[in-house]
Amino acid sequence: MSPVLQGIITIIIGVGGCVGYFYFANMLLDKVIFPARGVNTGRNINRANQVRPWLFLFPAMFALGVYLVYPVIGSFYRSLFNRSGDEFVGLGNYILLASSPDFRQAFFNNLLWVLIVPASATFLGLLVAQLTDRLRWGNIAKSIIFMPMAISFVGASLIWKFVYAQDPDIGIINAIRASMGGDAIDPMQIPFWNNFFLMVILVWIQTGFAMVILSAALRGIPEETIEAAIIDGANPFQVFFKIKVPQIMGTIVVVWTTITILVLKVFDIVYTMTGGNFGTEILPSYMMDFMFRDDGQATAVAFVIMIVVLPVMIWNIAQARKEMR
Amino acid sequence: MDSIAGRKSGLSWAVNITVVVLVLLWLIPTVGLLVSSFRDRDQISASGWWVAPFSVELTYRTRADAPPVEADGRFTLTGNIFDTAEVRDSFAAGESTITAFGVRAREPGAFPAGQAVDIDDGQTLIVNRDGSYELTSPIPPDDRGPRVYFVADTPPDFTLDNYRTVLTADNMDRAFINTLTVTIPATVIPILIAAFAAYALAWMDFPGRGLLIAMVVGLLVVPLQLALVPLLNLHNQIGIGQSFVGIWLAHTGFGLPLAIYLLRNYMVGLPRDIIESAKVDGATDFQIFTKIILPLSFPALASFAIFQFLWTWNDLLVAKVFLPSAGDAQVMTVKIADDLLGSRGGDWGILATAAFVSIAVPLLVFFSMQRYLVRGLLAGSVK
Repeated sequence: MSPVLQGIITIIIGVGGCVGYFYFANMLLDKVIFPARGVNTGRNINRANQVRPWLFLFPAMFALGVYLVYPVIGSFYRSLFNRSGDEFVGLGNYILLASSPDFRQAFFNNLLWVLIVPASATFLGLLVAQLTDRLRWGNIAKSIIFMPMAISFVGASLIWKFVYAQDPDIGIINAIRASMGGDAIDPMQIPFWNNFFLMVILVWIQTGFAMVILSAALRGIPEETIEAAIIDGANPFQVFFKIKVPQIMGTIVVVWTTITILVLKVFDIVYTMTGGNFGTEILPSYMMDFMFRDDGQATAVAFVIMIVVLPVMIWNIAQARKEMR
Repeated sequence: MDSIAGRKSGLSWAVNITVVVLVLLWLIPTVGLLVSSFRDRDQISASGWWVAPFSVELTYRTRADAPPVEADGRFTLTGNIFDTAEVRDSFAAGESTITAFGVRAREPGAFPAGQAVDIDDGQTLIVNRDGSYELTSPIPPDDRGPRVYFVADTPPDFTLDNYRTVLTADNMDRAFINTLTVTIPATVIPILIAAFAAYALAWMDFPGRGLLIAMVVGLLVVPLQLALVPLLNLHNQIGIGQSFVGIWLAHTGFGLPLAIYLLRNYMVGLPRDIIESAKVDGATDFQIFTKIILPLSFPALASFAIFQFLWTWNDLLVAKVFLPSAGDAQVMTVKIADDLLGSRGGDWGILATAAFVSIAVPLLVFFSMQRYLVRGLLAGSVK
């Protein structure tokens, strides 16, 4: 069966199944299990209303349970076993990782990514948001800077290959170097700094995200505070750093953490640009090296990523609970 | 703030210039890709895309294949180099200018055009700027004519050849359809499931609601890497294996936290009066959901649909793991990253074109529905 036909059938079954489930389960509850008639009408309506939320929630909770909750436990469990999964090795995989220079390299590089990418993207996003705020053509500028958000990491990597290519007739950086009399270099093979060239790609993608959120936050600042500062003689820089930034600090933190989480998940850029060679390995790409070859180590790396993400997760939950109150 | 005192026009200039520079920095890489995808492959390797509108000096090789004419014991070949059999097709569009010529492959541009030079064995050769050449030789040249190399200014050549190659020869058309096949069910199915759950979490009262919301927020940031190994094993055990069904299920599961979170945040903001008056009028929760909440939530549904569409279309990780790695099931991202970059690594025209084919649809969606995308980002900025 052709995948297209399979896809159409899946949509019909999927959507039809969902509609059918919700409709008939609801009907079953109201008409058959707790019918709103007879002696127990009142009690039955109450009972039905107690059950209904779970009826609505069930498919989502089931899918979340299988596809996100189970894997956290399943991955940890699997990481305690050896390559073929038949021998319990305890924390053996983790000890192996800790003693591997490649893993330490990946961990260190990932640390660099986590420190630099969110900071740069947030800073640039804030800069663009502020600069375009009252600009007549600001919306066009924002649109262009936001655009990379729509592009896949693979596509973005290819785009940047045309910037970084060693051939001065392809790579614009080497063309500029050549016009100034420099030799052609391969930015992807310069030890240590190649990490930063890779980070540029993610910053290029994520700045738009930061800009959109921070731009909205800047718009939300009460005008009176700014006007008061200006009347008091503040110059534009003071207005920005002392009046505006403190008021949107909460949003800045949200943007920062969101990009941090993303940085810990993106393997595409390293995979496409260097394949993890030349000392550019990061944890997600390091994990893919083991995928399909050594599930024990792969899950151990994945769980390390999870542990790194955990503080952000707890902080997010705490924020969400605070908001709900 | 323009009207407020204290804004100097100098600062306004600085702002304008900075933004122009930033916009250019952001735009240039993408423009490079787009321009390169339309260029002829010889031109790509001969000059950078930033000089694409100008003519390029390309090296050609051909044979002086005019019939020899004998006079005074010397054989003379005269003709126009652009008309010779080996390069005729390249110059079908029109004349061009020759800057240099040569007779050895190692030095194809050894002599400037218009200069008569002695080559081996008492032969002389001259190639003029307009392409006319004259070769004299004391011995009869062989039938095919002697080798001549020349460097010609070639006008810019924008073609759709790369697109033709990518879409027909490289199986990219198949990958495009595969991507669509993965994307559409993976976008449509989570919406409905999430909408019901979001309604329950927003407007129905039951014990443990706060806990469930917290769980959804927590699951937003679970790294996908964790899910790969256990779920692939699970899929193998229940017989789905690596298949489209598997990737649809996986994308549905991975997309749900954001969907529920976005939709719940939106639904909570809907006016309480409408829902309560509907309840007073005797509407059931099911009716309230389908007749009131769902239509009112359209903007949030659209935001999520765009997110999920972009995410599934652009995804490489899930496709690599949950789809078979065989050629006919590859989606575009996998095709480019695993196939083209390896086999066509040096063919920049093909790479640029493949990349552009893969980003064209997301860009279209992006520019036509930017409003919803921004709204979604603002509502769900935790992800």
